[in-house]
Amino acid sequence: MKRNRPLLLALVALVALFAVYIGIHPRGFSVYVVTIWSNQGALLGLAAIAQFFVVLVRGIDLSVGPVVALTNVAASYLVQGNTAEIVLGMLAVLVLGALCGLANGAAVVFARVQPIVATLASGAVFGGLALLLRPVPGGTIDDDLSDLLTYDIYGVPTSLVILLVLTVAVTLPLRRTRIGLSMYAVGSAEGAAFLTGTRVAAAKLTAYALAGVFSALAGLYVAMVTQTGDAGIAPAYTLNSIAAVVLGGVPLAGGLGSPVGALVGALILKTVSSVMFFSGLPPLAQPFFEGLVLAIAIFIGAIGVLRLRSRLDAYQR
Amino acid sequence: MAPFVRLTGISKHYGGVPALTDVDLDVAPGVVHAILGENGAGKSTLMKLLAGVTQPSAGRIEVDGRPVRFASPRDAAALGIVCMFQELSLVPDLTVGENIVLSQARTRAGFIRRSAWREAEAALARIGAAHIKLNVPVRALSLADRQLTEIAKALYRRPRLLILDEATSALTQSQTARVFAVVREAKAAGAAILFISHRFAEVDAVADRVSVFRNGQHVETFPAGTRSREAIVALMIGQRLTEFYPPRLTPPDTAAAPLLTARGLSWHGELRGVDLDLRPGEIVGLGGLDGQGQQLLVQALFGVLIGVQGEITVAGKQVHRLTPNAAKRAWPGFALVPEDRKTEGLILDLSIAENLQLAWLDQCRFGLLRDQGDIATRLVRRLGLVYGGMDDAVSTLSGGNQQKVVLAKWLALGPRCLLLLDPTRGIDVRAKSQIYSLLRELAAEGMAILLQSTDQEELVHVCDRVHIFYQGRVNAVLEGDTLTAEALVAACMNLLPGQAAA
Repeated sequence: MKRNRPLLLALVALVALFAVYIGIHPRGFSVYVVTIWSNQGALLGLAAIAQFFVVLVRGIDLSVGPVVALTNVAASYLVQGNTAEIVLGMLAVLVLGALCGLANGAAVVFARVQPIVATLASGAVFGGLALLLRPVPGGTIDDDLSDLLTYDIYGVPTSLVILLVLTVAVTLPLRRTRIGLSMYAVGSAEGAAFLTGTRVAAAKLTAYALAGVFSALAGLYVAMVTQTGDAGIAPAYTLNSIAAVVLGGVPLAGGLGSPVGALVGALILKTVSSVMFFSGLPPLAQPFFEGLVLAIAIFIGAIGVLRLRSRLDAYQR
Repeated sequence: MAPFVRLTGISKHYGGVPALTDVDLDVAPGVVHAILGENGAGKSTLMKLLAGVTQPSAGRIEVDGRPVRFASPRDAAALGIVCMFQELSLVPDLTVGENIVLSQARTRAGFIRRSAWREAEAALARIGAAHIKLNVPVRALSLADRQLTEIAKALYRRPRLLILDEATSALTQSQTARVFAVVREAKAAGAAILFISHRFAEVDAVADRVSVFRNGQHVETFPAGTRSREAIVALMIGQRLTEFYPPRLTPPDTAAAPLLTARGLSWHGELRGVDLDLRPGEIVGLGGLDGQGQQLLVQALFGVLIGVQGEITVAGKQVHRLTPNAAKRAWPGFALVPEDRKTEGLILDLSIAENLQLAWLDQCRFGLLRDQGDIATRLVRRLGLVYGGMDDAVSTLSGGNQQKVVLAKWLALGPRCLLLLDPTRGIDVRAKSQIYSLLRELAAEGMAILLQSTDQEELVHVCDRVHIFYQGRVNAVLEGDTLTAEALVAACMNLLPGQAAA
């Protein structure tokens, strides 16, 4: 399938990188090594899926990181106590994420602010709020829950199971429901979608809200892994989520790709940096090589531009 | 029978330019109603109003006797009004099936029902397009298959009023016949059909009733078959003012060597072997229905299109590797006034003076901007530009004055050959007249001018010779006595000579 080619390429790259990673890891293939890898991947994977939804409707979300930080901080206050309190606390964190996303969506849809500007501003607000709530890292997360979610089930990392279940749960309905198809349509050709009578505003709002929910899932999972709330984690997630989406074959022009692609892109990024860590390269040289890998991957993805029929087309999308 | 849709006193203007003026129209169920008119007669605006894409400036729309106001195509579709748009409304990255199903999602708990996909398939089969598979992305389809998909999508929605806007322009005769059979079925089932076409044969084949529009006004409605083609063409053209066209000068000697020669220009099946000769001092027009390749020819000459085949010769030397930057150099010396002055011709936020310098930038030594003040002022005065100050943003000017800035920007370079894409669209009569005089003067000074226009009157009165395009080819060349409005309209619609002679 031509349309899945970028994703297949990314999958092949991921498998190869994973083999290299296991090969050079001092402890080799073990449940422990795979669990650490999977936990790390899950954090960025969830953020990348958040970014995917906004990119799908031809936007970009610079507030992914700040929402991860804000919900992580919120989790450090809310996810403790008895079982009922924990469940309600987790729900509250997800609702908070959804509200952040809806606020972004409302700014884009109703106030017609450009996505990059809207989410830059809202991201500053969310990040600032997180810092007010937790000036220094701290707080507690229920220990049993944290253990349950960050270890393994019969040798399979729990995080991997959660990640796969969540990804499948959003990917399957995406092209089978009206709202999912509408998101693809709006991202691919907003004018045509409007002429067809698609609910353009609803599709965009849903996409931004879903981005908020997945950012909150990432924030929650950060809390499980680190057992603290930390307002300072935002920057790493925003830019890496964008890079992950691009690596996973989702064009920033919107309308194409899938959450699976975003997840694969995130896992590639994480694996690359883990490989760097164990590669024996001097630590100061590692960011350079990580950047190089990313640049090459994006260049390969951009080759399609060479097949222009009219020079004007280069400026229209 | 009571009309399904009734328009009363509908007017629509864009900015200050009227597109429709005081239109009354009834659309009855079970009738195929053809709308005829020249480019710019207001047909497309009428369809957009009915489909909820734009809202009228004045007047009322009634559906089933109740006044309605459509905020979006959704509202119109909710009442059963479905438009098959000329500029296709398909989403290129979705599949055929997804495009059809999305137009009216039949869902259970948010999920699209299995039956919806079967219905989409049936809609395709019904119009004889069973060869189009549901799981193919629309991006990969040919223009004809896209058009069939668009028709299937409209039928899938089971419209009460189906609007077909140039719906079959890319289809073969047998495909068209099949679509018409379905249109007749829909009519028999009680649907109303509005049918816009430039092809008389199609109108004769399906229409029950014909309405003619001219200059944004509804001229007349009559039962199909009660008027001759000649009479209909006469209604479409009407009586027009001609005094604002400058007097004709003697055309240049046709024995003179051409400045520009194009032979066999082809591009991805949309230009198919176009030949052209353009002599110094000549104004050659390019006409035809929208999108028959005339704009593409101009873009090809200016190096905008990639992969153009054929030969372009300027002043006896063949041109290779054309890009816009190469095209504007002293040789070949092309200048292009593009179609959309607001996005392609000007940088709206820059000042008049800055815009005037843009084409000139390559002439600046070491990249330093040099004051080319007197050239610019002379040109601005010659064009009669009405402006506050040269430092005002171009966006503050009226449409006609903006177009003068575009012209002045290029004329400052002293081009040998001026290429114009619809230069007078949407500008006022006075500015039009000034531009026409300027073109004549420039031609008299020896410039070669290629004028693509959708204004047929303009082609007749300003050009020495007009090439009419049809489906990527030059269908007819009109000059001298054969260059009349009637012959032009007939050639645009691919009627044989004599068939529509007045």
